[in-house]
Amino acid sequence: MGEIQEVKLPGVGVRYEFETAEGNRIGVVSHRTGLREIYASRGDDPDEFKRVLGLSPDDARTLAELLGATRVAQQLADLQQRIEGLVIDWLPVRSDSPYAGKTVGDTRMRSRTGVSVVAIVRGEDAVPAPGPDVRVESGDYLVVVGTARGIEEAVSLLRDG
Amino acid sequence: MGHAELLVELGAVLLGLAVLSRLASRTGMPTIPLYLAAGLAFGEGGLVPLVTADEFVEVGAEIGLILLLFMLGLEYTASELVSTIRAQRRVGLLDLALNFPPGFLAAIALGWGPTVGVVLGGVTYVSSSGIVAKVLSDQGWTGNRETPVVLSTLVIEDLVMALYLPVLGALLAGAGGAASLLPAVGSIAAVALLLAAATRIDVGISRVLFSRSDESLLLTILGVTILVAGGAEAFGVSAAVAALLVGIVLSGPAAEAAQGLLTPMRDLFAALFFAFVGLSVDPATIPPVLVPAVLLAVVTLVTKALTGWIGAARAGVGVRGGTRAGLLLAARGEFSIAIAGFATAAGVAADVEALAVAYVFVLAITGPILVRFAEAISAPFVRRSTAETRG
Repeated sequence: MGEIQEVKLPGVGVRYEFETAEGNRIGVVSHRTGLREIYASRGDDPDEFKRVLGLSPDDARTLAELLGATRVAQQLADLQQRIEGLVIDWLPVRSDSPYAGKTVGDTRMRSRTGVSVVAIVRGEDAVPAPGPDVRVESGDYLVVVGTARGIEEAVSLLRDG
Repeated sequence: MGHAELLVELGAVLLGLAVLSRLASRTGMPTIPLYLAAGLAFGEGGLVPLVTADEFVEVGAEIGLILLLFMLGLEYTASELVSTIRAQRRVGLLDLALNFPPGFLAAIALGWGPTVGVVLGGVTYVSSSGIVAKVLSDQGWTGNRETPVVLSTLVIEDLVMALYLPVLGALLAGAGGAASLLPAVGSIAAVALLLAAATRIDVGISRVLFSRSDESLLLTILGVTILVAGGAEAFGVSAAVAALLVGIVLSGPAAEAAQGLLTPMRDLFAALFFAFVGLSVDPATIPPVLVPAVLLAVVTLVTKALTGWIGAARAGVGVRGGTRAGLLLAARGEFSIAIAGFATAAGVAADVEALAVAYVFVLAITGPILVRFAEAISAPFVRRSTAETRG
């Protein structure tokens, strides 16, 4: 997810802004009255935003649903249902973790808990399917797949070693 | 009843203002300069002097100023004010440092002395929240990146006014006497207390005042506001500042409903206020102050544009956005007029009001016009800065 900038608009509400994967900048003005306005940056001037849409609170909820607020959860649930017992989770690597600064191989997570690390999320970037010699840093998130029990063990492994 | 003459005059005044308001909305111009001009034409020494409606317009004008400030306070919550001051105090200080001195120095240069200097400094310092907000939404710039800077600057100015007006009142009342400082200290303490208590106190009061019936809510809010304003005036504190504070304290459903109900009242009485200011200025006093007024307008157009430019640049906004912000803020209006009226009421030389009227007239018209050419105005600077980054 892109970084969202938030600024107060005194007397109006709050203004949010983020950059899309295609490089467009989207602004959302959330009025105190409940009105939501969507703005898009004009190409030649990065600071000027053109109003695209105005949405009532109900419209905003509908659009959010259509855009996938529920779909992401639905897809994950589908995947977990198809392979019974499979759990996908994001595990944080805290600075006091014994594996902060060590490699994926060092954790021996797969052999000790049966849980696989399918990706490492680091700030805005992600390392998909990391090999055993990829380093894990504090502040990273490990995207892991395994059984519920295995993931519980993986959590304590990351915490206590 | 024997009020036929009064009714005819009042009706004619309102109809005249209505024609001007239509003209304004056709052309996208602010109404303030037009109302001022109408007042000048009908006032003392004007084309068609009013005879009987004068007194009614005067009371209406007083209510207009109270409602203007009350509605302004209504737009902000106390916690919003506090967080804006924290985040934007540097830009706020810059705004004061760039736009107060021109007025002050102009008064000194005209030989009017430092007290009038403080009056004129206030006139050139404060932008018109009303004009800026309207032009901002007319241009469709609400979503722009420089807009938070513009709105924060206005908020801080409005708050500075709450501190400035009582101090000015004390200055005008009698140079230096300890007793004349009391109301000033009192209202400054009230503002500080209010902001310190921030969100805590407003909830209860707003709940007590709220009513589901529009009629009772309208009468309650209007009654409380005018009563508090009048009470403050009786104690020597500016009625306008008291109204501003009442507006800030009100929040929640009572504030939202009041905004809808009182906007038409505000529009009516504010129109009378501007017309009244025009009425009370003798047109013959304008020509002698015209040259200083225009000079002051040019200088403070530049200083205000600089304020917006620097403020926007600090927020990471480019040259074009900065130009938009600066030109938006250049418009002076209701507050500048209120300050000058305040000074005249306290017995300062009438020339100040004439100068302020001419000054506001120039900036309230040129500001919004220049805003439309923001792109063209910023073009040479844009080319230079892109050339710099390339080279």
